[in-house]
Amino acid sequence: MATQRISIDPITRLEGHGKIEIFLDQDGDVADAFLQIPELRGFERFCVGRPAEDMPNLTSRICGVCPEAHHMASTKALDALFHVEPPPTAKKLREMFYSIFVATDHTTHFYALAGPDFVMGPDAPVEQRNILGIIKKVGMEIAGKVLKMRKDGHHLIELIGGRAVHPNWGVPGGVSRGINEEQRREIEERGREAIEFAKFSIQLFNDIVLGNKGYVDLITSDGFTHRTYNMGTVDANNRVNFYDGVIRIVGPDGKEHVKYRSKDYREYIAEHVETWSYLKFPYLKKIGWKGFVDGEDSGLYKATPLSRLNAADGMATPLAQGEYRRMYETLGGKPVNHTLATHWARLIEMLYATERWVELARDPEITGREYRVLPTQKPDEGVGCVEAPRGTLTHHYWTDERGILTRVNLIVGTTNNNAPINLSVKQAAKTLIRRGEVVTEGLLNRVEMAFRAYDPCMACATHYLPGEMPLTVVIRSADGYTLHRLTRSAPATVQSGHQR
Amino acid sequence: MSEGEKPKLAIYWAASCGGCEISILALNEKILDVAGAFDIVFCPCIMDTKARDIERMEDNAIDVCLFNGAIRTGEQEYMARLLRQKSKTLVAFGSCAQEGCIPGLANLTNREEIFRTCYLENASTDNPKRTLPQTEAAVNGFHLSLPVFYDTVQTLGQTVKVDYSLPGCPPEAPRIWDALVAIMGGKLPPPSSVIGAETTVCDECPRKRGEKKIKEFKRVWEVIPDDETCLLEQGIVCCGPATRTGCGARCLQVNSPCIGCYGPNEGVEDFGARLMTALASVIDETEPEKIEQVIRDGIPDPVGTFYRFCLPHSLLRRTARVPDEARHELPRPGATGVKE
Amino acid sequence: MERERFEPKIIGFFCNWCSYRAADGAGTARIKHSPNVRVVRLMCSGRVDPTFVLKALSLGADGVLIAGCHPGECHYIEQNYKTVRRYEMLKQTLRQFGISERRVRLVWASAAEATQLAAAIDEIVEDVRTLGPLNWQSNLAEPNHLDEVERILHEHAEAMEVAR
Repeated sequence: MATQRISIDPITRLEGHGKIEIFLDQDGDVADAFLQIPELRGFERFCVGRPAEDMPNLTSRICGVCPEAHHMASTKALDALFHVEPPPTAKKLREMFYSIFVATDHTTHFYALAGPDFVMGPDAPVEQRNILGIIKKVGMEIAGKVLKMRKDGHHLIELIGGRAVHPNWGVPGGVSRGINEEQRREIEERGREAIEFAKFSIQLFNDIVLGNKGYVDLITSDGFTHRTYNMGTVDANNRVNFYDGVIRIVGPDGKEHVKYRSKDYREYIAEHVETWSYLKFPYLKKIGWKGFVDGEDSGLYKATPLSRLNAADGMATPLAQGEYRRMYETLGGKPVNHTLATHWARLIEMLYATERWVELARDPEITGREYRVLPTQKPDEGVGCVEAPRGTLTHHYWTDERGILTRVNLIVGTTNNNAPINLSVKQAAKTLIRRGEVVTEGLLNRVEMAFRAYDPCMACATHYLPGEMPLTVVIRSADGYTLHRLTRSAPATVQSGHQR
Repeated sequence: MSEGEKPKLAIYWAASCGGCEISILALNEKILDVAGAFDIVFCPCIMDTKARDIERMEDNAIDVCLFNGAIRTGEQEYMARLLRQKSKTLVAFGSCAQEGCIPGLANLTNREEIFRTCYLENASTDNPKRTLPQTEAAVNGFHLSLPVFYDTVQTLGQTVKVDYSLPGCPPEAPRIWDALVAIMGGKLPPPSSVIGAETTVCDECPRKRGEKKIKEFKRVWEVIPDDETCLLEQGIVCCGPATRTGCGARCLQVNSPCIGCYGPNEGVEDFGARLMTALASVIDETEPEKIEQVIRDGIPDPVGTFYRFCLPHSLLRRTARVPDEARHELPRPGATGVKE
Repeated sequence: MERERFEPKIIGFFCNWCSYRAADGAGTARIKHSPNVRVVRLMCSGRVDPTFVLKALSLGADGVLIAGCHPGECHYIEQNYKTVRRYEMLKQTLRQFGISERRVRLVWASAAEATQLAAAIDEIVEDVRTLGPLNWQSNLAEPNHLDEVERILHEHAEAMEVAR
């Protein structure tokens, strides 16, 4: 075979499974590259037949890194399904809980998943290029801050929602329990500390990444730049909001392409299937699927922290808004199409999340006793949408009169980004791996950095399951004798047997 | 392992969600003790070692492997076998590996149905050519492969020999710490055991319990329960009586019923049978027709409720591929003295 | 093509005081009935744990017949009411598994009702004969996985070796 195949298997420092296959031509240049997702579980199918109220708990198992995102999208879908409006206290509790979660999750990603590439360096030895290496390098003072942020976030989510990994709290019409004043005080205090931590993280990014010319060149290089559409949820003032709002999509040139209510998603988004990945490829319907290319004429869009910032006009809280302006000034205006700048955008979102957390903790209604109302109408169909840390998350349920699911559709954060991630990986591979260069592990790690910026969650993305069709035919006589049994199993061989 | 070398630890995920990894990170500062005591050689969530690095290791080079996730593709089975070969001690870490967990609910359906739902009939998928992912595909002249998807989800223990199990979805950090301390200190229970409590969630639940006489089971959205009383007593289906404890009954503390994520209690072979019995015993009816109605109205999805986390690990493991309904039609029985 | 009559394997859980005596009575009176039920004697039908039924089905039984005293006549006063409740739970669960209630039956038979018990036995045997063998182990069988595991090993081995 003339072509050689490089396999990065498994890809690491993300959530989920994937492998990157890079094909070299005779000269040693990259002919093509693919990010294949080999995992699936089948949620869209096996949730059919389940009672709708089970969904916040079932779908949180789509992802244990962002279970709160699924739990929340699911709970909102239940509100819509049962045509019930949660009281103000419930909505505020949910958004506060959600802000704590986003801040904590972004912390995990930045320090444990992406951080090692910048703090230890992309070519650092494998044994050191991880969170433990970071802790050794930066020392316990800084490491202690990171551990405290995660510990506090985890503790508060548990306090409010029951458990941090897989909370059990959302119900149609509200939440299962509210908070008291003592808890509220603790939430506010930790929130103020979290704001300081977010500011500290941005400062760290400034020093370690923006202060390093090598990294800045990498960020702004062509190998890591794509001009695609950007998707995010915005509030009434076009500011980023994680919990609720309308979906806004903005072009690679910054112009608004469309704005829609989440329940109308199917008019704007469709999914494409390829033979080489179990994960589907969403694209903008009105522009169409043009393959793995970027630009205004391609239907590919990104749903990442950077996309959210590109799609919005600003941040709804003061400190985050200041950082928002600074980022765009530094990188030459809106929109920013440099994939690695997503790490920066993520920290700005972290800051907004902590500020919003404190804002809501200080809201007079947050300790209200009316945190739940019962549905009065029969369920039929509902859509629930939130901004998962990794992108816009949509849950769509259809049920019968008793609330038993008849159909489920899920478009998950990372799924939105499947085609752009492929594009990013291919472009990075083409730029970094050239004829004459020795292919080292560090070089391949830089290719992996192309996907890490998206903070992929492949468990989320691959909630469904395809396969091949086995078939069993049993031929029986009218009085119960089995005459013949034919089985066609997956590799399309036909065996026949006689029943004894 | 030579003198002075730390024991090697591997953490791997199969058909899972990543929650077990996050639960390990919830050890907080104690994670540094773990890093100090072990040489972590494989953990795709946070480290860059690849499958080839494991293939190159000697057999039994890894001292402890914490394996989470169920087995539902060829690649996952491959990694389970590989890690079994390279590890002295293999722990089924968490509900997916031990009993199948939520991915195990796919045993209520089959590959063909799932295939149809996701690629052909999905509400937002545009696939006029009816393209399907292939285990072997030729793309632009290149050959790409994907692992086979099995019809049935298996647990880790149904695939390879497992030394210990740690239950929970996910196991809570204090339980993980207890297990690691036991492993580090060499104080493990007999092989093949579950490292966990020997009583049910009811023991850790702070709610007040009285006598249970239920005339009807209520769906979670039909009632706002009171904060103090046992939920089952209020007619809400709670899996507590059948579920192994270890979680601190956290769900109950935010007024949500236990959903059974820690699996069956010690010595129980089939979780669903246990839960069925517990719920049956509180129904306050004697007429079969009324009993049937109470169950039908209040538990519209028996398998999903009784086997939510442990279907692959149950006695029946999956639904019938050819259900009896699809077989011969029978007239209703009518002989006297025979009760249905 | 072979024609062989399918002989159902039915496991019977009969209570010591009523139904087991009825079965005994059928024997002494030489009442003819299908020989397909393997009887397990329990002190009370209330002792039947759903686990017993599930285990029997998973290990190869084509059906299960539970027989106890008539409600109100239980030797232990009320326990057969528990049997009814458990049976209803089990029945609805099994239906969802794809196992018909024709295969798993609950009948009442007092010690004097040998004829009626024999008729119930005949009925379940014929119903199960018509439904066909359950053969639950074949339901779980998957095609051989080792080829697939080999394939993945080769795929890994064929990729280019990369310098550290």
